[in-house]
Amino acid sequence: MIPSLPRSRISRYATAGYVAAFFAFLFVPLVIVAAFAFNDASYPAPPWRGFTLDWFTGGGAKGRTGLFADASLLKSVATSVFVACWVTVLSVAVGTVNAFLLERAEFRGKSALSLLMLAPLVIPGVILGISILAFASRLAQFADDVWGLELDFLRPGLPLVIAGQFSYIVSIATLTIAARLKRFDATLEEAAFNLGASRAAALWTVTLPYLKPALIGAAAISFLMSFENFNTTLMLVGSDPPLTIMMYGRMREGASPVLNAVSLFLMVASAGIALVLMRRPEAGGRRD
Amino acid sequence: MPDSAIAAARPPESSGRRHAWLGLLLLMAPALVWLVGLIVLPHLELAVLSLRARVAPRVYEFSFDQYRTFIDEPLYWNTFVRTAGISILATFCTLLIAFPVAWHIAKVARGRVKSVLFVLCLIPFWVSETVRTLGWMILLRESGVLPRLLVDLGVTAAPVEMLYHDATILVGLVYTSMLFMVVPLVSALESLDDSLIEAAYDLGGNGWSILRQIVVPHAAPGIAAGSIVVFMLTLGNYLTPTLLGGKNSLWFTEQIYAQFITRFNWEQGAAFGFLLLVLSTAIVWLGLKLTGQRFGDVMRRA
Repeated sequence: MIPSLPRSRISRYATAGYVAAFFAFLFVPLVIVAAFAFNDASYPAPPWRGFTLDWFTGGGAKGRTGLFADASLLKSVATSVFVACWVTVLSVAVGTVNAFLLERAEFRGKSALSLLMLAPLVIPGVILGISILAFASRLAQFADDVWGLELDFLRPGLPLVIAGQFSYIVSIATLTIAARLKRFDATLEEAAFNLGASRAAALWTVTLPYLKPALIGAAAISFLMSFENFNTTLMLVGSDPPLTIMMYGRMREGASPVLNAVSLFLMVASAGIALVLMRRPEAGGRRD
Repeated sequence: MPDSAIAAARPPESSGRRHAWLGLLLLMAPALVWLVGLIVLPHLELAVLSLRARVAPRVYEFSFDQYRTFIDEPLYWNTFVRTAGISILATFCTLLIAFPVAWHIAKVARGRVKSVLFVLCLIPFWVSETVRTLGWMILLRESGVLPRLLVDLGVTAAPVEMLYHDATILVGLVYTSMLFMVVPLVSALESLDDSLIEAAYDLGGNGWSILRQIVVPHAAPGIAAGSIVVFMLTLGNYLTPTLLGGKNSLWFTEQIYAQFITRFNWEQGAAFGFLLLVLSTAIVWLGLKLTGQRFGDVMRRA
């Protein structure tokens, strides 16, 4: 119970022990992944055989291709970054327009529309993936039958991956940005108009700067969620897999410490993005 | 974004009604393209696919065959029931494990310790699920860290395979969902006034009765939000069951993947997808009804 109530010493120790065990549970898998990136063995398993950087810098000697020499792994990182950039730009742009629509406009069916905007969050990612795959394939078939057009972007590949990830990440961007726009003091805009600002000038110099923390927060969350997405991507991926798909494929084939190396790289990168967010707690929004 | 759209959303006196209407349409266009093009039409397509059967090459007719196959084939509905069952169990375990920690963060820890503990809860979830699953695989596989440790401690004579059990899947699912339970619980418990607990104690309540009569009713919205999100994510999970459960995992999303991608039987895959969607929606709806919550509020909280 709470500290202001009397508690026995045993219950206090038990709670502290429980909380410690919980955090061990949270962190042990990550620490293990990071540690075995440096183990001097060709398989990520105990015992510890000494420290090596082979799994980062190895150039193929001793059968060890490190992360920085593994062309297909590096290419999948680049693919992930490419996809994540597109998803981020689209989600923040559309999310901002949606936020204005929800907070500023009045029209019939608004509450239904705002509920529909949340729907993608409760649809399992696998189903988002297959439904978009099926629909895109129908469109491609239609274009082929009617106009004889071969529309490659509607076949499994990066454009569909971007569309699939965007379809639910934009919901989160919308929520994040709308939450901040809701708290905006409209009299600030009116003051700008009174001082002779045009609509565009007021938007650009007053409203958007106010929204900036939410925009940055939404961008960081979008980027991270796109980078980590697995379920939707798996269904829509074509011949160039993003990193999560590539790692999954390799994990099924067997383990190599190069996966630990790339994981450590991911941890450091996402910690960097997390720091951007932590310094802006008001940006909010932590959902998957 | 077009400025005219913003202007139209709150029309100045000078602009006409048509202008306003056009502006609203512009403001609404991205949302409509997104929701209609990527959500509504694709799901209609899925529904159509699931309700047809191939009678000849490129010739289809309306039929319930796909759903009949699901009922006739024990493997399919067993997997379905099993997936739902393990998901509910995982949600329950996550709640049980997360609650004391959320309580500690919200009510016991103070100041810096409190914010550090909260951030520590978030950190593992900034890392991809793939990485977290890799960690569990290195820990639990036969040649992995934990079986080795058990041998060294003399608990087992030879390393045991700890992967590919149902319990492994459960551990992985609970681990991967923890964040989505802790965060709503912490925010629900933080809003509970300490003096209510003190009053209950002064009136003779003990730990259990305070928990049952004061804490849980107050935290119900947070518990519902966390449970719903965790359940949904667990049900739709693919990575954790396949990697930690191996060939025995029998997870329903794998059936969808197998039909859609491996066998190219889109009609069957679409029917499975719809069944999963209906199950997910039904349980979320039930959860909301039982706790008297509204969907929009829950999603905004989560």
